[in-house]
Amino acid sequence: MALTLFINILLWGLVAALMLAAAVRSQALCREGAWEGARDFVVLIPRVLIGVVGSGYIAAVMPQQLVTTWIGPQSGLLGISIATLAGAITPGGAVVGFAIGAAALKGGAGAPQVIAFSTAWSLYALQRLINWEIHMMPPRVVWLRAAVSVPLPFLAGIGAMLIGKP
Amino acid sequence: MAERRRIRSFEWSTAIIAAISIGAALVVYLRDGTEKFLAILGNDLGLFAAMLPKMAAGCLISAFVTRLLPREVVARLVGAESGMLGLIIATVMGAALPGGPLTIYPVAAAFLLLGADLGTAIAFITAWNLLGYNRALIWELPFFGPDFVFWRIVVAIPLPIVGGLLARGAVRLVVARWGDIKWH
Repeated sequence: MALTLFINILLWGLVAALMLAAAVRSQALCREGAWEGARDFVVLIPRVLIGVVGSGYIAAVMPQQLVTTWIGPQSGLLGISIATLAGAITPGGAVVGFAIGAAALKGGAGAPQVIAFSTAWSLYALQRLINWEIHMMPPRVVWLRAAVSVPLPFLAGIGAMLIGKP
Repeated sequence: MAERRRIRSFEWSTAIIAAISIGAALVVYLRDGTEKFLAILGNDLGLFAAMLPKMAAGCLISAFVTRLLPREVVARLVGAESGMLGLIIATVMGAALPGGPLTIYPVAAAFLLLGADLGTAIAFITAWNLLGYNRALIWELPFFGPDFVFWRIVVAIPLPIVGGLLARGAVRLVVARWGDIKWH
């Protein structure tokens, strides 16, 4: 509780400092920033709400036994590999990736496995790769990035397993 | 500078998740009854509500950093460095620069033009993917809660550097095998 409060104070202190820095440059800059930030927040609320509430219900109808067997806390490296593969092929925008990850965690998946899933999904997000990256970056650089990213979800999952958190 | 409208107001993937969620909620309601249905709703809404102030702060921080830290400055800062320091600066900048793919990839492409090596550009993109506070505050927190997100990020901190080093190694191997090829 105290930590949450501290983080909130820290974040809003940063907001205040940035606003001040913007206001010093020009009032219009400050107004624009505040307006865009507020608008983004309002647009995001329903989307995140759908995903967060949805993940709770999706978790409740998932076959828990199956989830625990394949990617549960005891599934170890095999579970991390399955989660990595699942993350890499999960399509769609942020709502999809996070809703699936959160549903899996609530439905019996282990934390290191969900971390591997979410890391793989962040690195590959196929839609982003195909819609954006390949058009905006030299293709060879994109393939190189995809290739060197292969071990990273495993490292993240194993790292979480070794430190035993969260 | 002000740039692109980052957030579209409708997205197909959100609509699909919404449809699946409604189906799942219906199953819970019919199979487990009202009490379970409301318990799940209350639980998730509680976390969501607790994270709202952080999400709002995240949106504002992104909007201001976008204006105060022009991408040209980031490109110059990272493009000029090489070696381990280059990877570290790229990682910090990738984590700090908010915005979507439309912001990030042009910056990474600009480093390459300014003479940064491939490892640096890849460390930057990896850091944006894994360490960006933007995504962590706005998306990850309401879904997973602070404890999970904190440790997820802790284990990810070294990964952009690892990715950058692997990329440098891969480039050396390719050059040794096929000679100096044109990457971009």
